[in-house]
Amino acid sequence: MESGDTAWVLISAALVLFMTPGLAFFYGGMDRSRSVLNMLMMNFWCLLSVPVLWVIVGYSIAGGDVDASWFGGFDAVFLNGIDLSDGGATLLGVIFVGMFAVITPALISGAVADRMKFSAWAIFAPLWMLLAFAPIFKWVYGGWLGVRGSLDFAGGTAIHVNAGIAALVAVLILGKRKGWPKEGHPPHSMPLVMIGTGILWFGWFGFNAGSALAANGQAVQAFMNTFLAAAAAGLAWAAVERIKDGHFTNLGVASGIVAGLVAITPAAGYVTSMPAILIGAAAGVICAFAVHLKFKAGYDDALDVVGVHLVGGLVGSLMIGLFADPDYFGGDHMKGLFYGGGLNLLLEQVIANGVAIVWSGAITAGLLLALKATIGIRVSDEVEESGIDAAEHAETGYNLGEVTMGRT
Amino acid sequence: MKLVTAIIKPFKLDDVKTALKAAGVVGITVTEVRGFGRQGGHTETYRGTEYQVEFLPKVKLEVIIDDADVASVVDAISGSARTDKIGDGKVWVTTVDELVRIRTGETGPDAV
Repeated sequence: MESGDTAWVLISAALVLFMTPGLAFFYGGMDRSRSVLNMLMMNFWCLLSVPVLWVIVGYSIAGGDVDASWFGGFDAVFLNGIDLSDGGATLLGVIFVGMFAVITPALISGAVADRMKFSAWAIFAPLWMLLAFAPIFKWVYGGWLGVRGSLDFAGGTAIHVNAGIAALVAVLILGKRKGWPKEGHPPHSMPLVMIGTGILWFGWFGFNAGSALAANGQAVQAFMNTFLAAAAAGLAWAAVERIKDGHFTNLGVASGIVAGLVAITPAAGYVTSMPAILIGAAAGVICAFAVHLKFKAGYDDALDVVGVHLVGGLVGSLMIGLFADPDYFGGDHMKGLFYGGGLNLLLEQVIANGVAIVWSGAITAGLLLALKATIGIRVSDEVEESGIDAAEHAETGYNLGEVTMGRT
Repeated sequence: MKLVTAIIKPFKLDDVKTALKAAGVVGITVTEVRGFGRQGGHTETYRGTEYQVEFLPKVKLEVIIDDADVASVVDAISGSARTDKIGDGKVWVTTVDELVRIRTGETGPDAV
């Protein structure tokens, strides 16, 4: 690997790591002040539990054997056989993808806010990474779905649709918060949400442009697409709010930006700049309406993981089927519908996402039902009322009072 | 000795404080509260979900005064807190049974 490529991918990996705390604040600010620490801890837990499991066995099954169709095998467990003889290129791949392995389960945390037992989450998140993230990752990258021709540049299917459907299944099994939907609470700290949004957008340049795995033209276009889609989506969501509610909000702008980033994730290295704007705008509008589905369908997706990640991921992933332009990138993949490729690519996108939805949904259900039957997955009504931070973490998020406390 | 309590709009606090000082009041206690009377709340929309914000931020002030000063203090508060718009608040007077200045131990009217 050229040193410029190595440098860029290393920086990108750090940017992607930064997105997990960014996500923690994005969600945490939207939650109640008495639950903010639980939300932060669910996300930070992924940073703690996934890296170790990833290098022990996760990497091996997800990517150890690049050409394997279904299963990466156990040859690379404990990073066996990986040394610096290739200048660190393989190890860098372990690191970079490892960052994605961390954030993918973390995405689910937003849906289960305020009511999930932390011990259940602590077991669920790393196991989900091994059983849902790793296999789907393998199938999309070098595996049977990728070989069929479906495209997923940085993880629209492998990460956002994957986590999004898991969030839906999780909230159906976990159940609604008490009083939902009649009772609710607005975000406790919009400034935190906006800080989180900024960190996510910044980090997403690593998520998308870093997925070129090189400091080349494709990385530059992916960077541009990430820049444009987020802006277009934020504008689009704001426009929807302005028209529907008479004014737009910081929350709408933040949600729009993230929806656009989600949607451009699978397409970042396959479409050009103008289509990136369209993809962002489409995601902004569609997701702004999709977040209302939970009220119609009766599922309590607390912080709209399904409406933004599942729906946004699908929007972007399917739109690759329209706008993929291999000639621009010098690639040999299929062309989108509007570039003379017919419906073939679109069909493969549908199949790939369908497979991810079925597998991830099934694994999520299996894990949560098993946990529900053994240790239980939900906190008591009392804890939900009085605040999950105190009960599950014995911590208070905001000690703003002047009252002096005694030390034991 | 009387306790005069008032609920006022938060942005009027400075005016009320000035008026009370002019009326000879030396000490005031202020608490931030939420409440509603005839003034309705407002609606905030977050991702399309509307929240009814019924309880509005107000400021509660309490002053302890001599019986003789009740009328001037109540007038000072009412006059300076009024905006002629709904939600201006209320003032009420209750009797204080005992009063002690903690530093000196003075009691009764000497402690006002």
